[in-house]
Amino acid sequence: MAMMRNITIGQYIPGESVIHRLDPRTKIIATFLYIVLLFLVNTFSGYACSALLILLAVALSRLPIKYILRGIRPLAFIIILTLSLHFFMTEGHVIFQVGFLKVTQEGVVRGLMMVSRLVLLVVGTSILTLTTSPILLTDGIESLLKPLKGLGVPAHELAMMMTIALRFIPTLIEETEKIMKAQMARGADFESGNIFQRAKSLIPILIPLFINAFRRADDLAVAMEARGYRGGEGRTRFRVLRFTYKDVVALIFVAVFVVVVSIYF
Amino acid sequence: MPIRVEGLSYIYNAGQPMEKLALNNVSLAIEDGEFIGLIGHTGSGKSTLVQHLNGLLKPTKGRIYLDGVDIHSKEITLRSVRQQVGMVFQYPEYQLFGETVFEDVAFGPKNMGVPEHQLAERVEWALNLVGLDIGLKDRSPFELSGGQKRKVAIAGVIAMQPRILILDEPTAGLDPKGRDEVLSLVSRLHQEEKTTIILVSHSMEDIARLATRLVVMANGEIVLEGTPEAVFQHADYLERIGLGVPQMKKLLQALQEQGFDVHPDHYTIEAAEGEIVKILETK
Repeated sequence: MAMMRNITIGQYIPGESVIHRLDPRTKIIATFLYIVLLFLVNTFSGYACSALLILLAVALSRLPIKYILRGIRPLAFIIILTLSLHFFMTEGHVIFQVGFLKVTQEGVVRGLMMVSRLVLLVVGTSILTLTTSPILLTDGIESLLKPLKGLGVPAHELAMMMTIALRFIPTLIEETEKIMKAQMARGADFESGNIFQRAKSLIPILIPLFINAFRRADDLAVAMEARGYRGGEGRTRFRVLRFTYKDVVALIFVAVFVVVVSIYF
Repeated sequence: MPIRVEGLSYIYNAGQPMEKLALNNVSLAIEDGEFIGLIGHTGSGKSTLVQHLNGLLKPTKGRIYLDGVDIHSKEITLRSVRQQVGMVFQYPEYQLFGETVFEDVAFGPKNMGVPEHQLAERVEWALNLVGLDIGLKDRSPFELSGGQKRKVAIAGVIAMQPRILILDEPTAGLDPKGRDEVLSLVSRLHQEEKTTIILVSHSMEDIARLATRLVVMANGEIVLEGTPEAVFQHADYLERIGLGVPQMKKLLQALQEQGFDVHPDHYTIEAAEGEIVKILETK
């Protein structure tokens, strides 16, 4: 139960740095450009340049390094898997051999390359979520999706759904804890037994949780309508997103950087 | 001495930036057959304290003894502690899950190892005690009214036949009729089944009529303790920590200040009525 409290979706770390104060749209577009860059370059010097860009962003954001590195930890398994698959499965010049397993030079190079790409991808995108509050992030996504409305993309509805979902994660966690305690007080046991018994022991938690979630959704819908919610059409905002000269500078910088690096490396 | 709490402290989110001391060195002893009214403002630590009594929370510091045995020692299982110390949470109807009322009420006793052939008897006994029609036992609990759901949930705990029953705000959100029914059920359990009751509330009116002893909490500490008469002597202090005293107590005090010959220690409507009738008769 204590573990659940530590889950922070998006893992936003509040701050006042330049990166924090950029328009969320700027950060989303810059992140997107950065991802494109990662897939365009395929040399180590190219990755080194991308890493340079990330280091610059981290320095400007004044985020503690440990938060950035924490994002990589869950990847450990995938990193090891990627490395070993490439090391052993690539045909080419054999460096050394253990039994029937052959490690090739090409495999080592390609494996390390894939892992650098993976790590840079995760670190880069985590800077976006670490420096942007979930609410601003959804506002930014809504604003960026707006031009696609003509194509039938329900931009406002998608953003509202995301906002509501994020808003209710802590509520649901709290509720789960409460229901678990209530059932434990009646002798429920979630820790012993085989996998089927354990799955079955979750029923007394899941049923009330779902019923309460539907009830709450109903209440929320009524409360929103009572306050005049009619969807996104003509709705004004409390937080108006503003594109300032800093955003222009940041975007031009990232765009030029991406073009130059992808051409030269 | 069935329950003894010694030097209990509890810290939420220990070691994190949001760390909060919820209980600070609390000691308390509860005798068999007592009816404890645990009062405190929201956030005073009363819910945290009662969750320690059946081992749902583990103390950061301090010990809890049940009949002299530390409940976190190897001599006793938490399951046995939870069978002896029943706990009805706030809004317990939101924890119902059974397809039928029977299944839900039988959940606790079943977990406690009550044999299958005795379950029906247990469930009927519990439903009867909370004042629900036995005919409801095959209905879905979700079809029932709010007050009935609450009673089913309470029956689910009573069916384990705990010696000590903790109820956390059992009347919250009920209409006056439902409130009276739940309170009289609690009082019946105390008197007829000799269950030790710990009633958590922030409503003085509810607690004053029933409890034999009041325990007042503020900021994670026990600040006042004693019979209702003794605790209500500190009316000014209770007001200061946001609790106040029962209205009848206030009325009698006001009458006394006006020069009427009343005994200001009473706090129930019945006693106040008697005092007022006395004044009217002497006139």
